[in-house]
Amino acid sequence: MTHIVLYEGPGAQSMQVDERLSLMSACLESGVRVEASNETEVDSDGPVCVIGYLDQDSAHSEKDNVQLFNLHELEQEEIIKAIEEKAQERKPWKPWFPVIDFDRCTNCMQCLTFCLFNVYGVENETITVANPNNCKTDCPACSRVCPEVAIMFPKYKAGPINGDEVNEQSLEREKMKVDISSLLGGDIYSALRTRSTESRTRFAKERDDERALKERQRCYKKLKEALDIPDSVLASLPDQDMIDMKRRAAMDDNQAEGGV
Amino acid sequence: MAEHKIVYCNCTYARIIEKDVKQAVLQALSETGVAFTAVPDLCEMAAQKDPELARLMSTGPVKLAACYKRAVKGLCHSSGVTWNDDDIEVINMRETDAEGVVKALLNTEALS
Repeated sequence: MTHIVLYEGPGAQSMQVDERLSLMSACLESGVRVEASNETEVDSDGPVCVIGYLDQDSAHSEKDNVQLFNLHELEQEEIIKAIEEKAQERKPWKPWFPVIDFDRCTNCMQCLTFCLFNVYGVENETITVANPNNCKTDCPACSRVCPEVAIMFPKYKAGPINGDEVNEQSLEREKMKVDISSLLGGDIYSALRTRSTESRTRFAKERDDERALKERQRCYKKLKEALDIPDSVLASLPDQDMIDMKRRAAMDDNQAEGGV
Repeated sequence: MAEHKIVYCNCTYARIIEKDVKQAVLQALSETGVAFTAVPDLCEMAAQKDPELARLMSTGPVKLAACYKRAVKGLCHSSGVTWNDDDIEVINMRETDAEGVVKALLNTEALS
């Protein structure tokens, strides 16, 4: 991804503050990283656009990855348009995803079991956010069920979910450390979790997917109020076909690994 | 001139940092003419596993204007960036006013 350098070092005149600020803001709002720099060399192997009032004998390097935009020759609007075009190169992403605080995480895997959307995975026997794009925007439920308050959503409105320090007051206010089993009035969640674990390891033939889905939906509806799960998440619970597909994929994986 | 590197996160894709704070900090940095790097969103860099994040955070002392330190540290960890508490100072724009942020970025006084 291209990044921008606003260059005002040797061989270049200074910009007006408003001009510098305007270019800086245009880059950031377009999603492009920008540096204010006086260095003649660019410390990057990726594509770089250098913008400045460059003298004819400008000292700025002209490597293959560097494209110069001279404000003596181009209007600021033209350059901003070029920046916006460069911004089209950005890869799509979702700003809402969990971030694990490994100073608190005990690797209990509760989040892995809880999330229906395969956001979490395991790498080198450690919990990881494997599929951040699967996360449902505005759903902080896994953060609330984490027994160690180790899951953050930096874009969330309040602490400790947003990464603010953990304290008794915020734990109470945000309904953290929710005990799912007691919330559901028994062992429903535990049973689901056990069933899920068993199905992953031995794929019991007696498994009734439709019933399992209904149970999960019922549980999630019950959890909605306590965990602030948005309706859109409940609406996107996997359907029967998706469950079948996942089960087949898991069975294929299991057979490939020599399982039963 | 500051000896530490200055990094500013614009948190472009959410409205969790006051717009006035972000604008005032960016304006103040632009007025001083100090060298600094401004990124649209640290969350994006972490989500994309952008190698540039490591370059920004792992090469010498850094003062970073962003959000909560715990969140920033977690984002860095998720991208495999080594976190050095002695070298990285996070200034929280969600909790600090623009004047305080700029002071912390440009002076040597520590906030946390």
